[in-house]
Amino acid sequence: MRNIWTIAKREYDNYFNSPLAYVVAFSILLPMGIYFSLIMFVSSQQAMMGGPAPESSPINWLFVFLMIFLSPALTMRLLSDEARMGTLELLLTAPIRDFELVAGKWLGAFMFVLGLAALTLVFPLIINNYVTPGIDWMVILSSYLGMILVCGALLALGTGISAIFTNQFAAFFMTLGLFFFLWFMVSLPASYLQQGGDVLNYLSLSTHFSQSMNNGTINLGDIVYYLSLIALGLFTGTTAVEIRRWR
Amino acid sequence: MIKVSGLTKDYGARRAIHNLSFDAQQGEIVGFLGPNGAGKTTTMRILTGYMPPTDGEAIVAGYDVVEESLEVRKRVGYLPETVPLYTDMVVFDYLKFMGELRKIPNVNARVDEVLDMVGLIDRADGYIGNLSKGMRQRIGLAQALLHRPEVLILDEPTIGLDPGQVVEVRGLIREIGKERTVLLSTHLLNEAQNICDRVLIINNGKIVAEDTTENLQARLIGAERVVIRVRGEADELAKTVKLVKGVQGVETKSDGSVEFEFSSGKDLRPEVAKQVINSGYDLIELRPLGMSLEEIFLELTGSDTKKK
Repeated sequence: MRNIWTIAKREYDNYFNSPLAYVVAFSILLPMGIYFSLIMFVSSQQAMMGGPAPESSPINWLFVFLMIFLSPALTMRLLSDEARMGTLELLLTAPIRDFELVAGKWLGAFMFVLGLAALTLVFPLIINNYVTPGIDWMVILSSYLGMILVCGALLALGTGISAIFTNQFAAFFMTLGLFFFLWFMVSLPASYLQQGGDVLNYLSLSTHFSQSMNNGTINLGDIVYYLSLIALGLFTGTTAVEIRRWR
Repeated sequence: MIKVSGLTKDYGARRAIHNLSFDAQQGEIVGFLGPNGAGKTTTMRILTGYMPPTDGEAIVAGYDVVEESLEVRKRVGYLPETVPLYTDMVVFDYLKFMGELRKIPNVNARVDEVLDMVGLIDRADGYIGNLSKGMRQRIGLAQALLHRPEVLILDEPTIGLDPGQVVEVRGLIREIGKERTVLLSTHLLNEAQNICDRVLIINNGKIVAEDTTENLQARLIGAERVVIRVRGEADELAKTVKLVKGVQGVETKSDGSVEFEFSSGKDLRPEVAKQVINSGYDLIELRPLGMSLEEIFLELTGSDTKKK
């Protein structure tokens, strides 16, 4: 466990050494801020005519949606760059397990995203100030749990793919392609199928978040879905590192 | 400390090392000598637990490199050939990170200690990316020494260093080799001669010779050749030298010296010296020629560029 933490800590610190982390933070927080202002503006207009109170769920949805495109940039070089620079040789001859290395890399990226998610808590706090009797914090809690789980799954899959490639751009596009498929495409044929549509819906990254946790319903099935994706990503990464040893 | 038997490694269809067997004791510096692509790095990577062998067994510091890889890795310090480093990290932070992975107690103090050992304490706060190749080499060495390993595996440790640093690093290795086991690879033959207690010569994945540097020389030559020089005529000197019983192959050289040889085992140098001095010459030089490690190496690896 301590090894995972050592790796994660270095990786987390390393994000702040490169402009990439700031670019990612900027590209996520700026659209969210603009979107938030728009929502607040529209609701304030509608409120005069007795419209509904502003909600934070669309903003949280935007965070997750942007993560589909930005998280591959956070994970692409995690292990591919180590392989390219040869530093993997040092890590693989240090007394740590391959799983600890991969999990540490994932945790480092995850901590960075957790920091970003924490910054977005400012939006529900502001809404809370304008709405009486305040917003439902249980819904916010459920929504943030969902956000964290989706991001954890995205980053784990990205880490796993990064371990397969030596070139970080190959890892980036492969990861992006996979997320695109899992978010937009996998559930598309579901409505045309007589049977098995449920399975495709279950595989979709978006349904477990947009249609449940983001609205305040927590199902065990949704949590299991994201946890299994995290396990799958870390397993893929560990296996890829082990295969590297044999070559 | 290191015991290798029947080690074999295939990369696809290419066999990199073939049935390699050797051992190294505690307090011994063993040199791994061979041309590029001979299998030195592959062997070292197997011994450090980086990759498993295709066949055979290797025991390092009492543990099997495949079965108990983590235990081996705890006890081995490794300097890879390319000295991979995080160029965007500060020297101190990098060594601290490696130290934390190895769970070294009091890691900050230990990092200062090894930085002092390799003479880079004043660069502790600098970025690795700004260091010269020789300095990076020494950072790599510092990293390998951090956890006071029982076994030190160094892949070409002095490459890229300037002459002064080479002397320093060799001194450091010799110091470490007094109580620990050091396996180092090199293709600099004088380096092997200089710091190694024993040399393994490897070519095409096979060990072609294994002995102390002195024995290797003696074994290959069979007879010892000596050069002698006096103030005066070489031709006259040659006649005098021939008078000593057992001296063979007397040759006069153009630079005014005389070479002769005698079968190894009975050293005739004292007799020759007496004879020369008694004949009234001023003896200036009497020196064994010995085949250089370069010649032995070329002889053993069967290189085409062989002299003679």
